[in-house]
Amino acid sequence: MTDTSAPLASRRRLPVSILIGTGLAVVIVAAAVLAPSLIPFDPMRMAAGPRLAAPSFDHLFGTDEFGRDLFSRVLTGGRLSLGIGLTAVVSGLAIGGLIGLVAAFAGRLVEATLLRIIDVLYSFPDTLIALALVAFLGPGIENATLAIAISLVPFYARVTYGLAAAERAKPYVEAAKLAGIHTGRLVRVHVMPNIGQSLVVMGTLGFSSAILSAAGLSFLGLGVQPPSPEWGAILASGRNYINKAPWILIFPGVAICLTVLSFNLIGDSLRDLVDPRRKDRS
Amino acid sequence: MTPDALTLDNIRKTFSSGGRVVHALSGVSLSVGKGETLGVIGESGSGKSTLGRIAVGLEVQSSGKLFIDGERVDDMSAVMRRRRLRQCQMIFQDPYSSLNPRLTVGHQIGEGLYAAGVSDWREIRSTVADLLERVGLPRDFADRYPHEFSGGQRQRIAIARALAPGPEIVVADEPVSALDVSIQAQILDLLAEIRRENRLSYLFISHDMAVVARLCDRVAVMHRGRVVESGPIAAVIENPQHPYTRNLLDAVPRFGRRRTGRKPVPVDLPLHGDGDRFVSVGEGHTVLQASEDAAAG
Repeated sequence: MTDTSAPLASRRRLPVSILIGTGLAVVIVAAAVLAPSLIPFDPMRMAAGPRLAAPSFDHLFGTDEFGRDLFSRVLTGGRLSLGIGLTAVVSGLAIGGLIGLVAAFAGRLVEATLLRIIDVLYSFPDTLIALALVAFLGPGIENATLAIAISLVPFYARVTYGLAAAERAKPYVEAAKLAGIHTGRLVRVHVMPNIGQSLVVMGTLGFSSAILSAAGLSFLGLGVQPPSPEWGAILASGRNYINKAPWILIFPGVAICLTVLSFNLIGDSLRDLVDPRRKDRS
Repeated sequence: MTPDALTLDNIRKTFSSGGRVVHALSGVSLSVGKGETLGVIGESGSGKSTLGRIAVGLEVQSSGKLFIDGERVDDMSAVMRRRRLRQCQMIFQDPYSSLNPRLTVGHQIGEGLYAAGVSDWREIRSTVADLLERVGLPRDFADRYPHEFSGGQRQRIAIARALAPGPEIVVADEPVSALDVSIQAQILDLLAEIRRENRLSYLFISHDMAVVARLCDRVAVMHRGRVVESGPIAAVIENPQHPYTRNLLDAVPRFGRRRTGRKPVPVDLPLHGDGDRFVSVGEGHTVLQASEDAAAG
């Protein structure tokens, strides 16, 4: 009877959506991680094949206007897209989470001030914030990542605050306060383990939106710069050949869709699983 | 004369919600002697829980004074107050939400010792095991999580946690009302035993006269944010003076006259104002007298 974390998987049957989502995500992540050993050509090498060649056995996804192998470029691009998404989500969640916790535990005045600021920022679409920030910081992969991270901060601050404020009112937190535990330890030892699960779920959901933002910024020429093979950047460069060589758009487009889909599926089903309203209390 | 363990002097508390001001407490004065159990009884909304929360420092009164061991704590600095209020611990009503689902019970109990300055977790572990034994649980339950326990066991754990910082005053806010009746008696007996051994003072909040009668030395009856009657438990039960106290007693089959088949007559409960005075009706037994009665008599 030392099974301490029985909560999720064991008792309920896993929903199909999480299996599909996880399966997809595993394939996508594996492809990105193993890309260097999977790809037949250097993704930057021009004239690896004929220009604008249709998908064939030699070039699975075809080639682009410079004769670069698209299969190699899409797989390598996945490394960039996933990397940007992961970096942005982790830093956005860390900063936003910290702000949310401070808002929930640092007293009424701080709470009111931070919440108003978060509300104002949250009212802008995060892509718009990212766009404005990149316009200000200048294009490039680091700036785009930073901009996406910052654009996620209001969302994560809001979510973390909501979760923390709900915990704050529970008697177990009050009991810990009465025992004289200072606020830092209270948050770290008592509150965080109770909201961590939900934050991870929110991170998964934010991941797909970060990937979409990254692709969007690169498509607009504000993120990853050509000739680097980021998905959005490949889309942008293939735009002119949509009639002659649609595969330049199709493959990175499908990659973006599948990635977003897989992480949304995972995130949504995880959210349902950890939803406190569905949790039995025994 | 030794000072009372806990004294609340003319405590008022108002909440404002959406522009409306709600008077939760309108001038409550109470004191709990050393080793004494004071029951606070009243219906929901009478302010009894707010009173308990003020006594342990979870809420701050709008006005009035709070004394612990005769020492005024409400005008202390925040740090000093927190240290002083560590002597006041609380047992909550809901044994489910009052335990952290993600920490082992040993860790939760031990946190109180850690916060009190014990930094050696081996020492903390052995004290925690002693505490578990004290509340009637096996020592090795420390490594288990709350979801493995029943409501009664959880409430025992909550009692152990409240004892960990070495309190002198324990506020118990309806500690048995969420439990099965058969378990209630066990928990009440445990509370009584612990009070004797540790010379604790209890502020015992309840809506159940039977429970209060079993455990308390004195009782204060609260109605609409005021104490309307207080006195030794036997005197109040045998000779209730305030109409509201009589209503409460009528609601308890064991004490009431309902067995005779007579329906309780609905009475108009007096609305008390700030000018009303307490009238003594017996040894330590006082009742709040509405001012028009006072004028008539």
